Amino acid sequence: MKIIVCVKRVPKTAEADLFIEKEGKDIKKDNLVFALNDWDGYAIREAVRIKENFGGEVVALTVGPEDSKEVLTRCLAMGADRALRIEEPPAFDALLIAKILARAIQAHPFDLILTGVQTEDDGWGQVGVALAQLLGIPHASIVNRIEIENEKAKVKRELEGGLEELLEVKLPALFTIQTGINEPKYVSLAAILEAEEKEMREIGLEELGLTSKEPLYAILDQVSFPPAGKMAEILKGTPEEVVTQLSEIIKKRKG
Amino acid sequence: MSEIFVLVEHRQGKIREITYEILGCGERLAKEKGGSLTAVLLGFEVKELAEEMAMRTPRVLVVEDEKLKDFNSFYYQRVLSSLFSKYQPLLLLMGHTAYGMELAPSLSVELDLPLATDCIGLSFEGERLKVLRSIYGGKVMAHMTLKEAKGHMVTLRPGTFAPKLLEKEKGGIMIEPSPLQEVTDRKRFLHYIEAPVSGEDITQAEILVSVGQGIGGPEHLPMFEELAKILGGTISCSRPVVDRNWLPKERQVGISGKTVKPKIYIAVGISGAFQHVTAIKGAETIIAINKDPRAPIFSVADYGIVDDFQKVIPLLKEKIKGMR
Repeated sequence: MKIIVCVKRVPKTAEADLFIEKEGKDIKKDNLVFALNDWDGYAIREAVRIKENFGGEVVALTVGPEDSKEVLTRCLAMGADRALRIEEPPAFDALLIAKILARAIQAHPFDLILTGVQTEDDGWGQVGVALAQLLGIPHASIVNRIEIENEKAKVKRELEGGLEELLEVKLPALFTIQTGINEPKYVSLAAILEAEEKEMREIGLEELGLTSKEPLYAILDQVSFPPAGKMAEILKGTPEEVVTQLSEIIKKRKG
Repeated sequence: MSEIFVLVEHRQGKIREITYEILGCGERLAKEKGGSLTAVLLGFEVKELAEEMAMRTPRVLVVEDEKLKDFNSFYYQRVLSSLFSKYQPLLLLMGHTAYGMELAPSLSVELDLPLATDCIGLSFEGERLKVLRSIYGGKVMAHMTLKEAKGHMVTLRPGTFAPKLLEKEKGGIMIEPSPLQEVTDRKRFLHYIEAPVSGEDITQAEILVSVGQGIGGPEHLPMFEELAKILGGTISCSRPVVDRNWLPKERQVGISGKTVKPKIYIAVGISGAFQHVTAIKGAETIIAINKDPRAPIFSVADYGIVDDFQKVIPLLKEKIKGMR
């Protein structure tokens, strides 16, 4: 089975202090830690699990700057066999990323493409499904279980409120992978060292017949912080004082 | 005439609430553009749903086909593509839901239309559609403009827009023929799988002590379990805790878990991502404990403590014990 996994290097913003850069088009990223997008980690592990069952190879793809190579190395350490970095255009939207990936993928036969449901930064949730359409293959999104048999996959999709649905999809197909489909695994130092020996290629947009100025369908004007609105009343004082206030509140609200 | 199309989202015989929210947004846009609002209903044997929709919109377009009995994005895409050719609406709105995420990106590529997903605000400025999105886990807003085009597609974040009220007069229902006769698909809906009813039912708890990935690891759970016990409450959690197997799925509060309405909801180490927060809107009092002063949870909580839970929780336990 040839499995392609599309991944992204993203900044970890959850517990970081964010600042907007001067031009107002993005946050400042120099002080941020970057890592493999959470959903994509689950996708890589799933691809490796399927490869271990059926044989074949897992190729990790990313559209990103030079620094993205570090997440590709991570994917190789997690069990991917080869990796490819495609140059990132200076400005892009979900559709353009999907077009770039489609160009890189279309000449090569594959059985399965996996992507994460969305990224932690922009969270469009579009690239995977748009890519499937561009490649002319069926897709299923928000997948939390894959069972492959005879060129077909039975996939379980998450709906809302705990409800799920089971679909049957003919391969080749693309699935966008939801967190929790498998368990995070410890990646050994040996695996990381081995990863350095695996194939990692890089290609520019020109090689794919694209320029660095492809038209965008969705243009970012600016970013801003959400308006303060009604904020929580922050309890102040020493831990003792804060806890005293909190217990009073709890006592009162408990009724 | 500018037509705003709204895709009706329904499942297992019921219209989903998101549909009314999208209609609410669509109605405002239709007024702004001097255009019309149309609900588009795809399904099989959906006469009653069509009648329900007619109470909320001036016009309902219905396409019935056995292949549309349960949602399948391939068939929905075929039908919508054909409706687009015929009606050329200015804008197609749908929910940013499991169905919307499955359908919108592929449909927008097929129709070559700009698409903005998970929007929390939108408006026309002249001919250009402007949208507002929440990014970086809710900490930043992105202001975007869609490319100039004859048609646009937008998916809306559930729980953001006010639902449309009933119309004074019942709207018209138009049946469109199904274009699916010769069409077969490489994707088949098999069946639903209901959430298992097992273990603790957190939706019945009056007090919830809820933990997020900010607590760092399952080794801290006993402390929270004790706190819950002392308060006469129950433990719950956000999604990442379940993904990491620290707690079972039935404890999960969120869009893909349970919606809760306790008297008191204490969120510890939970950032406040939209998928979680939307499920606690009905809580009477929300208390958040988080190290990050800019965590989005603080804009939803009533009270907050910006500190390390390891400092706060042990003290809180002692205080509450002492009060009994």
